[in-house]
Formats: sequence, structure tokens, C-alpha cells
Amino acid sequence: MNNFINKNKIVGRTVLVMIIFGIIFSTILEFVHNKTNPIILKSEAEAKERLLLQVISKELYNNDLIDSFIKIKPNPILKNKEDIKCYIAKKNNKVTAVIIETRAPNGYSGEIKILVGIDIKGYILGTRVIKHQETPGLGDYIDIAKSDWINIFTYSSLKNTSKIEWAVQKDQGKFDYVSGATITARAVVSAINKALNFFEKNKLEMGIDV
Amino acid sequence: MFKEAIIDGLWKQNPGTIQLLGLCPTLAITTSVINGLSLGLATMFVMIIANSSISPIRKFVPDEIRVPIFILVIAALVTVVDLTIHAFAEPLYKALGIFIPLIVTNCIVLARVESFASKNPALPSFYDGLFMGLGLCLVLIILGGTREFLGQGTLFSGFDLVFGQSLSNISINFFDQYSGFLLAILPPGAFLGLAFLIALFNWIDQK
Repeated sequence: MNNFINKNKIVGRTVLVMIIFGIIFSTILEFVHNKTNPIILKSEAEAKERLLLQVISKELYNNDLIDSFIKIKPNPILKNKEDIKCYIAKKNNKVTAVIIETRAPNGYSGEIKILVGIDIKGYILGTRVIKHQETPGLGDYIDIAKSDWINIFTYSSLKNTSKIEWAVQKDQGKFDYVSGATITARAVVSAINKALNFFEKNKLEMGIDV
Repeated sequence: MFKEAIIDGLWKQNPGTIQLLGLCPTLAITTSVINGLSLGLATMFVMIIANSSISPIRKFVPDEIRVPIFILVIAALVTVVDLTIHAFAEPLYKALGIFIPLIVTNCIVLARVESFASKNPALPSFYDGLFMGLGLCLVLIILGGTREFLGQGTLFSGFDLVFGQSLSNISINFFDQYSGFLLAILPPGAFLGLAFLIALFNWIDQK
């Protein structure tokens, strides 16, 4: 009986200590998160503005690009699970290009966020990876900070590149990749291809009449 | 005490070559000097704060649940470091990327907390974290340097991404036309490199 009470005492004490530590450190985390989150969100938004300028050139638009976007609902072409943004670049109220913020769900370690700039004829103006968790030193060559690989998509379209060619060279496609990190390149190529397909099917809704 | 910590951390108990702890990030990240150095510094920093913050509270932690509590503390500290760097040093965060969260999974941090900080006062624990971290950092730099030299034919490339533009000239290119030795960059190169490094350490030790 004594033994039983003793055991319960130990259990009660350990549970109590664990709870106290949990509360203390979640409070600290909550505090730090509250302090840093607005700054992090702000710097991410600023970085995005700079990135938008990298996929299309400044001469192409004179509207407020950051705020003129439409939301693309989940659809079978892009296979997106959440709404994604599509920025519409306009010059003198005429659409000149769109930027689709697409996602490759099948990167080597999680989702890769990519900006795809497309002109009204369906040619790629520029592409940039804006968020990824690929292996440093191996899969991170898709990031412009590490290599200019991502520029190989510029001027590609559904017209000058056939359906089969929209793949990495290992899969008989036309796009180069770094061996050892094929999965990363595959994910990016397929996501950009999907974005182009989506653009072709939906350009009327984006305000482009061809 | 101070001297012992130096000798243990840098040589006799070196985390990278003797204790062989925390190999996952060690092997994955060390593709260049800058990667090794960045992860090494970040790990050292976390080891110092983990050791020095757990040592003072060691008397309040019941023996039965010390490991979960240590993990809780380490994970919370790493998250705080991660968020702080993200908010106040955006370029550094971009360059370090996945390195910082990886430190949570590094068992060398937990090992030092468990085997040293939970039994010793704060100051020796601080030294232990400092020099164990430094020892690991040096191994990461040597391994990263070897792999970068063999794999890309360069040394110190990419320093400007972490430490600012002023260091963009520090990169050394050894060969004009070097196609690269891919094995050194890929994971097997990490194992081979570490094996040679351990062999070298043991050889020096035996002499």
C-alpha cells in the first residue's frame, strides 16, 4: 500500500514538472512568435515585390502589380489544394503579362513555390523559386541565389516545346538538371508546365483576348 | 576545468571524430566550407545556450523525465533562435535556410546536455558547450573544405551570401576548367571524407 502511494507521488510530481516546463516554454515561444511574426511577414512581402520584378520587366506594366491579382481556386490542371494568386500586369489598362504563383507539391522535401511570368502569347518571361526546402548544396540549385538554372525556362512555351519535351533530360525531355537532384528538377518542370496549361485554358478570364 | 574543456572538445572527445554524434547534419551539410562553418557556428551557439540554461535548472528536473524536458528546452531554444534570425537578419536566414531547424535533430546537443550540463554547474557547462561546439565546427569546416576542393575545385565560395558582399573576393578557384568530382559532393563523399578524417585523427593520436 505504501509502495503504491509512493509510486503515485512520483507520477504526480513528474507530470506536474512536465506541465510546468511545457507552460513556461510555450509562453516564451508564443511571446517570441508574436514579436517576430509581423516583421517576418513584412520582409517576406517586400522580398516578393522584388521577386515579381525579376520575372517580368518593369516596362511591361504601370499598374499596381502587388494588389492586382485574381485568386485561382483549386482546379484539376494545377491540382492546387489552396487558392493561389495570379498577378495581372497591365499597361494603360491592357493586359501585357500574368504571373502565376504556382506550387510544386512533389519536391524532394516538401512544397516548392514558383513564380511563373507569362506573356499574352503564352511564352515564359521568367521564373523564380520563391520558397523551397530542398537539400542545401544539392537540390537548392533551383534558387537563383545558388545558380541560374531556373532561367532555362525563359522563352519556352507550349508551342515551341512539345508535351514530351516538357520534362528533364533524364526523362527524354529538353530541360537540364543536376544529377543527384532529379526529383527537384522534375517537380519544378512539371509545375511550370501545369501553369502554362492553365494559362492557355483560362486566358479569357484573365482578360486576354487573342 | 577550462583547459580540460578545450582538450576534450577539440581533441580527446571531439564530437565529430571521436563521439561520432550528430552525424546526420554533419554528413548532409558539409558540401562546402561556408556550409560547414554556418552549421558549425549555429550548432555551437545552440550548444552554448542549451548547456548554460539547463545546468541551472538541473535540480528541478526529475530523473525519470529528464530527456523529454531537455528536448523540450532545446527545441524551444532553437525555435527562438530561428525566429529571431528570420526577423532581424533576413539575409543570414536566407543563407542558413534549413540549417537552423536541423540543429534540433542533432543529438550532440542532447548528448552534451545529458552527460555534462545535467551534472555540472553553469560555468563548466558553458565551457563544455563552447568547446564541444567549436570542435564540431572545426570538423565541419575541414570536411566541407575537403569536399568543396575535390567536388568543385574551389574553396571559400559563397562567403558573400552569409557574411556580406565585402567577402565576395575570398573565393579561391583552383582550376580553370574543372568538371567537378561529383562523388565528393554526394552523400557517399561525406562518409568517405569523414572516414579519412577519423583515420587521420587516430593516426596522429597513436604517434
